[in-house]
Amino acid sequence: MTVRVEARNLSLDYGDVEAIRDVSLSLADGRIYGLLGRNGSGKTSLMSLLAGFRRPTAGEALVDGEPVFENGNATRKVCLIREGADTVDSMEKVEAGLEFAARMRPYWDDAYARRLLDRFELSARKKVGDLSRGQRAALAVTLGLASRAPVTMFDEAYLGLDAPSRYVFYDELLRDFMEHPRLVVVSTHLIEEVSLLFEEVLILHEGRLILQDEAEAFRMRGANVIGPRDTVDRFVAGMTVLERRELGPTASAVVYGEFDDHLRRKAVEAGLEVGPLPLQDLFVHLTSSQEGEDDRS
Amino acid sequence: MSFAFDDASPIYRQIADRIRGEVLSGELEPDKPVMSTNQYAAFYRINPATAAKAFQLLVDEGVLYKRRGLGMFVSPDAREKLRAERRERFFEDVVEPMLAEARSIGIPVSEIIRRIEVHEHEEQDE
Repeated sequence: MTVRVEARNLSLDYGDVEAIRDVSLSLADGRIYGLLGRNGSGKTSLMSLLAGFRRPTAGEALVDGEPVFENGNATRKVCLIREGADTVDSMEKVEAGLEFAARMRPYWDDAYARRLLDRFELSARKKVGDLSRGQRAALAVTLGLASRAPVTMFDEAYLGLDAPSRYVFYDELLRDFMEHPRLVVVSTHLIEEVSLLFEEVLILHEGRLILQDEAEAFRMRGANVIGPRDTVDRFVAGMTVLERRELGPTASAVVYGEFDDHLRRKAVEAGLEVGPLPLQDLFVHLTSSQEGEDDRS
Repeated sequence: MSFAFDDASPIYRQIADRIRGEVLSGELEPDKPVMSTNQYAAFYRINPATAAKAFQLLVDEGVLYKRRGLGMFVSPDAREKLRAERRERFFEDVVEPMLAEARSIGIPVSEIIRRIEVHEHEEQDE
């Protein structure tokens, strides 16, 4: 029994604001996806649609081929965790939050939830309203991991955790994913720290899906070419140049595309230096240069 | 993350390189099991598919072999094969860049040869 998540020409408007514009995608079971986008790019809206929290303005959000909105059969398979454990009443204790999840979540693993609380040093007797931001985040990711939902999505839920707790989350996510493979989506705008956990990345920009690719392939798509101005310009002619900078007679160009060993050798033979481009930088270029192109047109 | 991977090549290749290095140094012995994909993934905090890709590459190259239900093992001839490959690439990978560097900073080849000979003599004397 494998689970599948699809979006077909999915759109969501809030009044005049087009939060999601014509997004089509297909997500397969047994993978961890990274959903990347700047603040306001539509990550939360897209996840809310895929989880059935919102009705699409147009298009379809499907789980195993069924529309997910107001469909208990589909939503039962999906767990979306937002920042701050907002599904738990602040007057309640953590314990009550776990009991609620146990009733609502058909795949819930209570023993695992309690082990996680221990790892995060969070007492089930605490009142949710009294938790710090980090503790709320710990509760949120606990609810997500222990849900064991076939489709588990974390919407920046872990960003409230401090660094040591974030690493606990990464370790637990990986370990539990390997023991109980499922479809996981993690949204973030802080890419460097989590990018190695992803098998595929999706990039949202201004409500549109501008890229879906294997994380390893995406990582290799960017390069920074540095050298004498004319040589650089001749070399990058015809390539997608995301950024070009000059320092006296030297130029550097950030290029995007398949930069294979052959091209690398050619660059070195031409007397150019080819530097790698960290994923975070590539993301920054892709989601800001597009805006520049829009301005020009 | 906490393990230094660089951005210059895919992560799976960097992991494969580390395993090759361990085979060359003898840390990983012939016909001995290698840690599982999941153990590698947990250790390096990487997606298990990435670790699996590194293993597949090494199986394709004949460095590792798979035993059904038991996992991955080091091929008996892996070390010799890797050594032969490195020997072949030694001049291209090590000597030629060194000569290019020497040329650009003005060290004559004769000076390099003299230094290597002195080094050799010292080692023989020890």
